[in-house]
Amino acid sequence: MLSAHGLTCVRGDRRLFSELDLIVDGGEWLHVRGENGAGKTSLLRLLAGLTQPAEGEIRWCGEKITRADEEYRKNLLFFGHHGALKEDLTALENLEFSAAMDGAELALENALRALQRFGLKGREQLPVRVLSAGQKRRVMLARIATRNARLWILDEPFTALDVKAVDLLATLIGEHVTQGGMAILTSHQTMPIPGGRVVQL
Amino acid sequence: MSNRLINWFRFASPHNFYPLAGKMIPVFWALAALFGIAGLWMGFFVAPTDAQQGEGYRIIFVHVPASWLSMFIYMVMATWSAIGLSLNARLSSMMAQALAPTGALMAFLSLWTGAFWGKPMWGTWWVWDARLTSELILFFLYLGFMALQASIDDPRRADKAGAIVALVGAVNVPIIYFSVKWWNTLHQGSSVNLAKSSMAVTMLWGMLLMALCMWMYSVAIALTRVRTIILEREAHTEWVLQLDEVKA
Amino acid sequence: MSPILAIVRRDLLMVMRRKSEVLTALFFFVIVTSLFPLGIGPEPTLLRKIAPGVLWVAALLATMLGLQRMFAADHADGTLEQMAISPTPLVMLVVGKIGAHWLVSGLPLVLVAPVLGIQFDLDASALGVLVVALLLGTPLLSLIGSIGAALTLGVRGGGVLLSLLVLPLFIPALIFGAGAVEAHISGLGAGGHLSLLAAMLALAVFFAPWATTAALRIALE
Repeated sequence: MLSAHGLTCVRGDRRLFSELDLIVDGGEWLHVRGENGAGKTSLLRLLAGLTQPAEGEIRWCGEKITRADEEYRKNLLFFGHHGALKEDLTALENLEFSAAMDGAELALENALRALQRFGLKGREQLPVRVLSAGQKRRVMLARIATRNARLWILDEPFTALDVKAVDLLATLIGEHVTQGGMAILTSHQTMPIPGGRVVQL
Repeated sequence: MSNRLINWFRFASPHNFYPLAGKMIPVFWALAALFGIAGLWMGFFVAPTDAQQGEGYRIIFVHVPASWLSMFIYMVMATWSAIGLSLNARLSSMMAQALAPTGALMAFLSLWTGAFWGKPMWGTWWVWDARLTSELILFFLYLGFMALQASIDDPRRADKAGAIVALVGAVNVPIIYFSVKWWNTLHQGSSVNLAKSSMAVTMLWGMLLMALCMWMYSVAIALTRVRTIILEREAHTEWVLQLDEVKA
Repeated sequence: MSPILAIVRRDLLMVMRRKSEVLTALFFFVIVTSLFPLGIGPEPTLLRKIAPGVLWVAALLATMLGLQRMFAADHADGTLEQMAISPTPLVMLVVGKIGAHWLVSGLPLVLVAPVLGIQFDLDASALGVLVVALLLGTPLLSLIGSIGAALTLGVRGGGVLLSLLVLPLFIPALIFGAGAVEAHISGLGAGGHLSLLAAMLALAVFFAPWATTAALRIALE
């Protein structure tokens, strides 16, 4: 349902990739691979609509994703390198405000359940500042779980996760894909999630 | 007919514009020289001595055209910026970048000559007249544009950010002018009268000719500058590497 | 909760947990205003004359201090990116950010100004006009300033560059804001000045958020 055609990305003077086509449909996920600097992050940001391609177009369910496409954004979840967490707020507040800013409903029990599922029981009401790096990344997992998005675009999501958390995230993505969702990931690791295709940059 | 239309859009590419600009530059220098000689002759030999201000007033033949040009160039710069932003046209943004220093120079010249005029006429180097103050603010707007573009490394981001500054400035220039005018008339009566109510025709001609001279000069300089900018920004492309100037 | 309210609440909550931010701008306002009588002399007629200008310039500079942090923190931790791809239009979230900024940086100035005005021997009605003028003017400053803050995100020399970009644009607000109080003192009535200030505010409310949104997207590319 997400299709890209003829994508060309230019960063500064360098042409990172050109004439790139890709398609992701429900129940599929893409693993974007390439060396450092090959343009993986740039590709993901293009697909998320943060930057404009030098050439080519991206379509969601047949419609172009111009910058003002609300329909696409409702179904999109994107995580870049930053954790997108406010350090002075608690994990729970972070989830609540993110949902509210998106105009989405998030019941308190759902938020708490998600945080507990990812091992943050008892830490929901602490300022994120005092959590460890791994725990902060787990808050991101909770956010992924509580946001009903059909397409997940995740840039290096397994960074700073311990073995248990890697499993949790892999399970999460696996469930999402089996239930008809889509995902596009970059990662240096091979991922134990069935049903993926590789896009090599 | 449709062939002609397509031909013009050809020049929107830096590759094609570069040689065209190169051919146009000497033409504009020649025009600038022509108008300059005519204007200066008009201003210094033909226009009569002013009844109140004697010979010193003749500096208006530089001051007024410089002011006109500084405002005109700002509008042109803002237009090119807007085109560059909305149509994603690199060359338009490069043109805006090329115009800015010349516009700033005109504003500075206007302020400087304003001061030189003020000293013998009214005894002070600076006067908080509405026009001079607006000119000062315009100078700051130019500096802000150039400073912002200079501090952003990515050229495309610099283009777009500069476009926003130029457009916001363009909207604000009339607002600033009128507010300063209001402020000025409330605080002091119009003791400063830069424009004569009935100006000798020759004076007007002199100013017009000088304005045309500065306009042609600005075009010549801007075209020269844009050629340099093109070389810098397109340095990695094939056609630049093939140029004689670059190979040498 | 509407997205705009959510973002205002969020920003206010964060400021409350780090109160130093509010207080810095406020203290700056107070100190700068107090410097002028110390530098110029305590003569009441002179002070009354310079009061509107001094208070307004100090308010301008205090607002400038707080402008940089409007988007910088969100940009650094990735929340700005999330706002850019949120289903809520970015322009609405920007309006929320500007509103929160005004509540934290502008409103305190409005509330403290009458107290400072007394230092300059302004009478009660002049203080009233001052408060109204600042009430109209400080949001205007936040709106115009947000454009500069967005343009200079992550740019070298950001703070000084921000001043260079934004101070010329503040000048009409300064002229009419200070002018309103002066007109009132000299008996001419502040109505004209205040209406113009209100008109500029209305214009800025409609246009500034769009310019800021465009600048933010450029910064995120």
